[in-house]
Amino acid sequence: MNHLLSIEELDRAAIERIVTQAERFAEVSDREIKKVPALRGRMVLNLFYESSTRTRSSFELAAKRLSADVVNFAASGSSVEKGESLKDTVLTLSAHKPDAIVLRTPWVGASELVSKWCGAAIVNAGDGKHEHPTQALLDVYTLKRRLGSIDDAEIWIVGDVAHSRVARSDILAFQRMGAKVTVAGPPTLIPRGIEELGCEVRFTLDDLPQADVVYALRMQNERMNETWVPSLREYASWYQINGRRLTASQVLMHPGPVNRGVELSGEVVDSPQAVITAQVEAGVVVRMAVLYELLAGSREAHAEHAVEQPEDSAAVGAAQGSGGA
Amino acid sequence: MSLQEPLVGGVQAPAEMLLRDVHALDPKSGVDARLDVRVRDGVLSEIGDPGTLTATDGEELIEGHGRLRLFPAFFDPHVHLRTPGQEHKEDLETGTRAAAAGGYGAVLAMPNTDPVLDSAPLLRSVRDAAKRDARIPVGFLPAITRGLKGEQLSEMAELAEEGALGFTDDGKPVVSAGMLRKALQYQRLCGGVLALHEEDPTLSRGGAMHEGSVSAALGIAGIPTVAESTMVARDAALAGFEDGRIHFQHLSCAGSVEAVADAKAHGWRVSTEVSPHHLLLTHEDVRSLDTRMKMHPPLTEESDRQALIEGLRSGVIDCVATDHAPHAREEKEVPFEQAPMGTTGLETAFAALYSGLVIPGVLGLELLVERLTDAAELFGLPRATIAAGTPANLTLIDLDVEWVAGEYGWESRSENCCFAGRALKGRVLLTVAAGGLAHRDRALAMVEG
Repeated sequence: MNHLLSIEELDRAAIERIVTQAERFAEVSDREIKKVPALRGRMVLNLFYESSTRTRSSFELAAKRLSADVVNFAASGSSVEKGESLKDTVLTLSAHKPDAIVLRTPWVGASELVSKWCGAAIVNAGDGKHEHPTQALLDVYTLKRRLGSIDDAEIWIVGDVAHSRVARSDILAFQRMGAKVTVAGPPTLIPRGIEELGCEVRFTLDDLPQADVVYALRMQNERMNETWVPSLREYASWYQINGRRLTASQVLMHPGPVNRGVELSGEVVDSPQAVITAQVEAGVVVRMAVLYELLAGSREAHAEHAVEQPEDSAAVGAAQGSGGA
Repeated sequence: MSLQEPLVGGVQAPAEMLLRDVHALDPKSGVDARLDVRVRDGVLSEIGDPGTLTATDGEELIEGHGRLRLFPAFFDPHVHLRTPGQEHKEDLETGTRAAAAGGYGAVLAMPNTDPVLDSAPLLRSVRDAAKRDARIPVGFLPAITRGLKGEQLSEMAELAEEGALGFTDDGKPVVSAGMLRKALQYQRLCGGVLALHEEDPTLSRGGAMHEGSVSAALGIAGIPTVAESTMVARDAALAGFEDGRIHFQHLSCAGSVEAVADAKAHGWRVSTEVSPHHLLLTHEDVRSLDTRMKMHPPLTEESDRQALIEGLRSGVIDCVATDHAPHAREEKEVPFEQAPMGTTGLETAFAALYSGLVIPGVLGLELLVERLTDAAELFGLPRATIAAGTPANLTLIDLDVEWVAGEYGWESRSENCCFAGRALKGRVLLTVAAGGLAHRDRALAMVEG
């Protein structure tokens, strides 16, 4: 794997490999010294064209736990505001020879473009409303830990699917892992043709009880100004996941940040059914696994082919070695 | 009506040549035969049976071996030559050079330049520049509304006197039905065709591609086909009500074809065009996010493409227009949503359509040649013909030459062609426009030998 551009290009084996690697790294996070030397001397560049605290710091933390050097480049207050094109910015930053570029932009396909313009491994941290693959990987990781297996799970993704890159990546990732995916929301926020991704479409939550997992999407206030829904109040009364709608056996997920009282009621956010903080926690180890796969994975590909076991021991070895470091 | 020549520019030196034993095809004139064709002093002076004419001094001899095809030069009613103001994309010289390389003998230029072509003095200066720079004759369609803003009519009568062939706000719709009605009323005074880019902006709102399964999967805001078809239906009704003359530009969907068919059934004075890319490509081609596939209207679905082909065949769609829309490399080398809309098309139109529709047997060659030449009459101009005693407007094509679009670069200043890299058949060897030799392919020498 040279880049992580989308879930679309990953098969089940690739997703499982990253999740398994993340499980190994999870142990590191529980140590007093949360660091392994796996990527020592490597440079990870965070290039963010959209404001993002959570994703950016999650990547930063992941890179630092692998002992990589991290440079953050935010588009605001930079040459970008002076009119530099994405290509020129990337070419300029490439002069610093980053090993990986973590890229977030408001533009669909930008990370794929950048992967053609420079030699670094590109991690798509969100390209417009297209994909957010590391979010989907951490969602798979979280669910797998909670449920054991995602095979045959029924997962409902509820809310603003039209404007959600998380939804697109999750629809693909959950299905690749054997789940059955349904998207539900108001017809103005469910794009025509989304069912061609393999999911079912519902416009009400009448059948929500059949879900094993309820994944609520963030309802952005700014959508209101474009009148995608008549009012947030009415939206909440039809689509809010609350104590009345969520059944006792269901797992609740959300990519954050939560709008309490809109897509989720306060009581479900705080309920033990919610794995929202587990998702955030998973973010770091999954991103560690992704960076490790891209920057160190190729070295281990040989071992992996030779015997199945050594890949494990090599990774754990790296992890343990760092414990002592 | 116009006091000026409608078309300006073209090569000054008249062509002198003998095309010996070429297979001439001019369906409208009933010509489909191997012939010798002499061009003297820019006029198609003599037609004879193959091998009966001999070259005289100072005449170039081109041997067709009964194989090279001679068609009336094509006419494109919809190109963007970018002069004035956007000469980094294209100008009158490069744009008309591209047209000549595609077999075109005349083109109509759109007014969405900088400044917008919306006043008589500006039209006069651009026409003067075209007289100097254009390789083939160019006609101009100034703006319907000042600055393309849709708020106030441009000075249509003065523009008509200065040589406007019609009017268009191309690139933008005339959103207000009331404004369009006024333009149709004014048309009675000044003549000229109103060429309309049809799009309801409340439906297209910021979309970057066709709304459908591909846009849903990519997460790109889509433009539904009803954004076009509802406006076509509305404006056809206005044309009927005012007995006005409307030309619908670049039809892209089945709904619009139906709306035009209805309008024609009513006897309303409407005509329409379709682009090679809408006849050959679909939104599936956008999946790769190649910005050359981003155009306005967007590439639509296979069912729309089939409806457009059927419309062209039946005559509901009157002609092919490239909507040649050059953009500089750095403008297109950006993420898809940021890229400007448009593809170049003049240099590939014939070969792409011949390869994609004629060779597979979808359309006949006669029909394609007709639809590539029919537009002139829609705008009140004489059509190019292969007939003795007429000004020479010809294109000589080798249907057997295979080439890869863009392999040796482009005559256009820009390279944003949606067919770039495709293997095509059919190469324009020679174009004579208004009597002047406007294009000559390097391969022609080899054919001669």
